[in-house]
Amino acid sequence: MTDEKLSQAERDEAAYFAERAAAAGVGRPLSQGDTPPAPGEPPTLFDVQEMELNFGPQHPSTHGVLRIVLKVDGEKILEAIPDVGFLHRGTEKLFETETYPMGIPHTDRMDYVAAATNNHAFCLTIEKLLDVEVPRRAQLVRVILDELQRLSSHLVWLGTSGIDLGAVTPFWYAFREREQILDFFEEYCGARLTLNCMRIGGLPFDLTTGWVERLLEFVDDLPARIDDYEQLLTDNRIWKRRTVGIGVLTAAECVEYGLTGPLIRASGIEWDLRRAQPYECYDELDFAVPTRQNGDTYDRYIVRVQEMRQSVRILRQCLDRLEPGEIRGKVPRVIKPPAEEIYASIESPKGELGFYCVSNGSNRPYRMHCRPPSFINLQALPKMAKGHLISDLVALIGTIDIVLGEVDR
Amino acid sequence: MAEEITPPAATGAKEVAKPKLVATDAASHPWVMSLSAGVPGAVVASKTFAGQVTVTVAREKIADVARHLKQAEDFAYCVDVTAVDWKERAPRFDVVYHFYSFSKNDRIRVKCGAADGEDVPSIARVYLAANWCERETFDMFGIRFSGHPDLRRILTWEGFHGHPLRKDFPLEGIDTGAAIYPEEWPEGGGPGASDPNRKVVS
Repeated sequence: MTDEKLSQAERDEAAYFAERAAAAGVGRPLSQGDTPPAPGEPPTLFDVQEMELNFGPQHPSTHGVLRIVLKVDGEKILEAIPDVGFLHRGTEKLFETETYPMGIPHTDRMDYVAAATNNHAFCLTIEKLLDVEVPRRAQLVRVILDELQRLSSHLVWLGTSGIDLGAVTPFWYAFREREQILDFFEEYCGARLTLNCMRIGGLPFDLTTGWVERLLEFVDDLPARIDDYEQLLTDNRIWKRRTVGIGVLTAAECVEYGLTGPLIRASGIEWDLRRAQPYECYDELDFAVPTRQNGDTYDRYIVRVQEMRQSVRILRQCLDRLEPGEIRGKVPRVIKPPAEEIYASIESPKGELGFYCVSNGSNRPYRMHCRPPSFINLQALPKMAKGHLISDLVALIGTIDIVLGEVDR
Repeated sequence: MAEEITPPAATGAKEVAKPKLVATDAASHPWVMSLSAGVPGAVVASKTFAGQVTVTVAREKIADVARHLKQAEDFAYCVDVTAVDWKERAPRFDVVYHFYSFSKNDRIRVKCGAADGEDVPSIARVYLAANWCERETFDMFGIRFSGHPDLRRILTWEGFHGHPLRKDFPLEGIDTGAAIYPEEWPEGGGPGASDPNRKVVS
């Protein structure tokens, strides 16, 4: 079709799309297959067709209710704007209206696949404010629960992000092991997901008889199971094609975006709060902080799998050191911390999970703020998604490992 | 809940009472000194509690303070931005920032006061991580950040009336019928406008 035959409207439209594409920094070079237009030649309608598309909130790969407004050209993402808040329940407001111990069950509902670490961060903050020491047995059991939770959270991540990319088999294996971990939780505290398994100053219950022995058995079994997952994915050509080089973040970008957890470690920064600012008894435990250099989705997968192996190591050491003893520290019956402010954080499976507590000396927090790792990590999604295909966006949402309960609180 | 946490039974020998944690002045702390030298007139007060340094700075200087901390003191990672509503106090709000330094392996807390309706300079151009945190603070407290690239509500929806984490916002929520379609129903109007028990907060 020659230029004369194009109507003015069509020419306007073409100019519009060319302008939008130039503004987005994307145009012809993205489609690698065809030849670029000669210099001076106006782009045609087929070059860029920008379209706005809703991804979610009910899309199965968003792991909850995350809506992403996509500006796409064909399958290529020009811009991805996350829209969060669908699961906002005002948890921080609820903390203010209830006494300190009553806040613990609310934390279960934030990151609902890793409730133990949420409980832990919340209790740790108030213990720091009260200056309470946690007995050794409680410390060890807390670390055991944390690491079990890390394993179960990573297993959920492994299964679901695999299924998002079409690898259905790992899901069944991962959930088989997760089910066993949930059974351990159920035996300990009666709940499988919303555990409410820690108290300010210690633990609510002691371990049941035989729990440790059964856990040791399970832990001995686990490395072979992790080998199974790795056999399915690590050298799998399809898995590598879908993950290598997708969503690359450099170390500097990670710091700039405030990313934590496996994301920052996959970009080459060896930073783990368990190592950098040890809490409970992590300083006496022997474990490595796995890191990788490329900062892509594949490396984040490797880092998480390595972390699972390290969790197994930590669990073994803790179970070895476990001795009978007190499980609760000296905490007053009514908790009234001094009128001060405190920030404490732990390494949750997703990254740095912190609580900022402002007390006015009464028995309920004046302000309790949660620093959720998923919320901050999700900020990097637009940067990671730009220029990739829509199907890669699914991989990227998986690789950040978000839990919307924590993003929206 | 409270009665669940009972102190353990006394174990014979009496332990020596631990000294109580108290906040101490931190004016001689190297970071605070560096801040007062690098950004003159910024530091209003400072304290240390439980090993955590808190610096209160002037509201207009907060972006300079953040830039100084990032460049001169190597606080490369902005952990968190939030606010506290002190309803009766003037200025009403405290905006609270946490920064972390990888080389020092430590955090600093920076606060600045802001009255209702006052703008706080945005640090989202200094730290990209502060972008969503400032949006959340705006959404929850109604504190506007001047110079923010994209200051929209983030957890509630566009057109929501009120700011949920303010102390005068009722816990049971408000009737948002009017707020979903602000162009159709003005604030305070809407389907339940005639209900005498309806709570409306703006």
